[in-house]
Amino acid sequence: MAGKSHPSYFVIYVWLVILFVISVAGPEVADLLHLEGGNRMLLVLTTAFGIAIVKAYMVCAYFMHLKFEKIYAPYILLTCLALIVVFFFGVATDVMKADGYNWEKAYEEPVATSGGHHGDDGHGAQVGHDDHSH
Amino acid sequence: MAHQIIATSRSRTGIPTGRLAVWWVVGSEIVIFGGLIASYLLNRFLHGSWAQEAAVTNTFIGGINTFWLLTSSFFVILGHAASEQKDAKKTRFWLWMTIMLGGFFMVFKAYEYATEIAHGKTIFTNNFWSFYYTATGLHGFHVLCGMVIMAIIAENDIKKERNWHRVENIGIYWHFVDVVWIFLFPLLYIAK
Repeated sequence: MAGKSHPSYFVIYVWLVILFVISVAGPEVADLLHLEGGNRMLLVLTTAFGIAIVKAYMVCAYFMHLKFEKIYAPYILLTCLALIVVFFFGVATDVMKADGYNWEKAYEEPVATSGGHHGDDGHGAQVGHDDHSH
Repeated sequence: MAHQIIATSRSRTGIPTGRLAVWWVVGSEIVIFGGLIASYLLNRFLHGSWAQEAAVTNTFIGGINTFWLLTSSFFVILGHAASEQKDAKKTRFWLWMTIMLGGFFMVFKAYEYATEIAHGKTIFTNNFWSFYYTATGLHGFHVLCGMVIMAIIAENDIKKERNWHRVENIGIYWHFVDVVWIFLFPLLYIAK
């Protein structure tokens, strides 16, 4: 890949740092603007994950030289990435939905109480026991 | 009659064999870390309690560690540029600078682990912390492996002015480790 022209590495690095600062500042700005609910989520998701995708692209394209590499390398990586997408949506249909045509999920996510404690198993399964009534 | 070594000399794809092997390593790593991240997203969507647990993680240390890795990616690409000019002194310098920043990352990560464990957040606390320690631990192991391989290349190859292409190969691996952290950082430290 030597001899191919590419942007200055330092310029790419500076952009990466700027984008990193914006991603960290996202939730702080949301707090300053007193954003709640959907607006806050939109700002945080955009500054966190939107920028993460841009940063990852810049590292892959210019630092890993994928933009200048033979097409086989991006094919290998995109194929592996596609497997993850298949995995995500294949599993999500089971995980995210309560029932389907031929199956039913017995587990139900408990409704969170205002106290904020959700039990020790990370699923919030013990929320109903937090009132010490037992 | 001398035999030609086919495995490392032929190149059907036009990509040198070593570099092609690293691309395959990166491809398999995409499946490993991608699977972990996809599982995390599913649980995060489903369980509101995970957001509350994520609020406990130390954004400052996560941010500093992001800075170390971004800067180390820049340093290793400078090492690669120096290796293309066959400048052993510069190449070794940038490789060791990269190793140093990898070391900074590990020290900050160790401090963060120690603080969290002291506050009772261990891998057994709940599913969020199990994921946290699995993902960051696996990533930290990759950082450590990268540092060791880089040191071997610097001292065993570049010092003896041979195998210059290995700098680019370890660089690709190191950049990928950086990319993984680019996604772990917002998942674990920012989205609260």
